[in-house]
Amino acid sequence: MVFLEFEKPLENLYEQLDKIKQIEGEGDIDVKDKVAELEKKIVAKKKEIYSNLSGWQKVQLSRHPERPYTLHYINGICKKFVELHGDRKFKDDKAIVGGIGKINGSSIVIIGHQKGVNTKMRQYRNFGMANPEGYRKALRLMKLAERFNYPVVCLIDTPGAYPGIEAEERGQAEAIARNLFEMAQLSVPILCYVIGEGASGGALGIGVGDRVYMLENTWYSVISPESCSSILWRSWDHKEEAAEALKLTADHMKEFGLIDGIIKEPLGGAHSDPDKMIKMLKAHIKKELVELQELTPKQLINNRLKKYNAMGEYDTVVA
Amino acid sequence: MGWFKRLKDGIQTKTKFKKEAPDGLWHQCRECNNTNTVKEVTENFYKCPKCNHHIRIGSHDYFDLIFDGKYETMFENLVSKDFLKFTDLKRYEDRLLSVKEKTDASDAITVASGKVNKKTLVIAAMDFSFIGGSMGSVVGERIVRAIDHCIKEMTPFMIISKSGGARMMESAFSLMQMAKTSVKLAELSRAKVPYFSFMTDPTTGGVTASFAMLGDINFSEPKALIGFAGPRVIKETIKRDLPDGFQRAEFLMDHGFLDFIVDREELKSKIDDILTIFERPAAK
Ligand SMILES: [Zn+2]
Repeated sequence: MVFLEFEKPLENLYEQLDKIKQIEGEGDIDVKDKVAELEKKIVAKKKEIYSNLSGWQKVQLSRHPERPYTLHYINGICKKFVELHGDRKFKDDKAIVGGIGKINGSSIVIIGHQKGVNTKMRQYRNFGMANPEGYRKALRLMKLAERFNYPVVCLIDTPGAYPGIEAEERGQAEAIARNLFEMAQLSVPILCYVIGEGASGGALGIGVGDRVYMLENTWYSVISPESCSSILWRSWDHKEEAAEALKLTADHMKEFGLIDGIIKEPLGGAHSDPDKMIKMLKAHIKKELVELQELTPKQLINNRLKKYNAMGEYDTVVA
Repeated sequence: MGWFKRLKDGIQTKTKFKKEAPDGLWHQCRECNNTNTVKEVTENFYKCPKCNHHIRIGSHDYFDLIFDGKYETMFENLVSKDFLKFTDLKRYEDRLLSVKEKTDASDAITVASGKVNKKTLVIAAMDFSFIGGSMGSVVGERIVRAIDHCIKEMTPFMIISKSGGARMMESAFSLMQMAKTSVKLAELSRAKVPYFSFMTDPTTGGVTASFAMLGDINFSEPKALIGFAGPRVIKETIKRDLPDGFQRAEFLMDHGFLDFIVDREELKSKIDDILTIFERPAAK
């Protein structure tokens, strides 16, 4: 298990628990009471730690290396899933995955940023930072969904779109802009979930939807706290302050009306019980799809227009 | 060249708006270091007479260059506010106050309606002097209202981009302006009203990755920096030098993202050509 700085008190408790279980394994002493007591302590500690997380701590949790990633969810959510590859223009981006699947008896298109689970895979997935072909693959799959009247589910988890020479040559900006424009008028339901990091245009590039939700310990912002610190504070040392100032947590986003709701995570975060997390997300998707599939394409597009039109805070003065 | 004479008059008779164009007697070119009089530069469409460098100018300078004299600004009553109480080294509220002292622009975009050789056009032009031309809620809302106006009047719409990207001090609200403007442009597109995106130096970040790249026609000024990620970020990421001309207008054009590049001297006549072609035939 990997423990983050603020999870350290838990590490100690888990070590004790392991030791006792070892003794139990040896079979001489009855340790049932001791185990129960420790498990209770762990729950209490978790409640204490997780009920009071700062913005920066949530950013760290969203990046927890044991957190479930898109393909975990897809495999847990879909009864059948066939991954589809390539944008049909240039290549297959490994940082965005997608395909067709079945959930609850109906077909869907499901797309998401994909991070790697170990050093080698992290590189293979480019740390979840997509190139233009990733956004174009996503759009290709959405257009497929539209033709067959399948709803689209997008899972967002990226530290940002990749800033590279080739990405610029192939039009990173155009690829993201095009997705925003096309998602605005897709005639099938689009359901978006921030499952980890929601950084900037790279996140939004698959993030325009009829309903947008965030998991409890995720963030969504125009810029990462680190980059924000380096630009506005002119140093990398103010990421905690930047995370607070950006008000990037799910609670803030809900309060601002920029997302539709928050999906609770298991106590201790999604990584502490991935199976439970996946089940919770699956149940949510099923419920949402039933509601959204009642709407006509015209209603969907009009509601989307109204929803995004309303986003913004400004004053009106006498000119 | 009647409009050109008027332009000179406009500069001499001080208008209500302080221009971003060069002030004073002399102007030194940042590209070739040559010094010219401001009068020479102004008469040369705010370009360096020696190397043709297009000097950064403001929204009202463009309105003067493009419109037939008079134009009307719109939605000036919408102003930015510090909704998040955002504080870095400075409070956003104070930044807003101090920028308003320095520039007459009421936000990073100004919308105006006017005529181009008698054809109506609505232009939303960005001002780099207003917090780096950054996109916050007001930029998004003014664009949305301009589009509503254009749909109602069936008037072509043009945005002149000049921006460092999203306004960090408005965090997710600024991010969502990318979605808000793009969703609205989709509505404009469905209404079959033409939208021209004119990119000027610099156009980067969330502005490029939303409305700037979505024109029915995308064009730019020569050598304008246009990109998603800023050159510094890319350099730090890939840890090597960037090729010459990278992210410049000519590079974008070569890679298929611009329809053409226009010298400022030809700007008005080019817009006139486009408007003439897009003009709907009068009802019989
Ligand atoms: Zn020069």
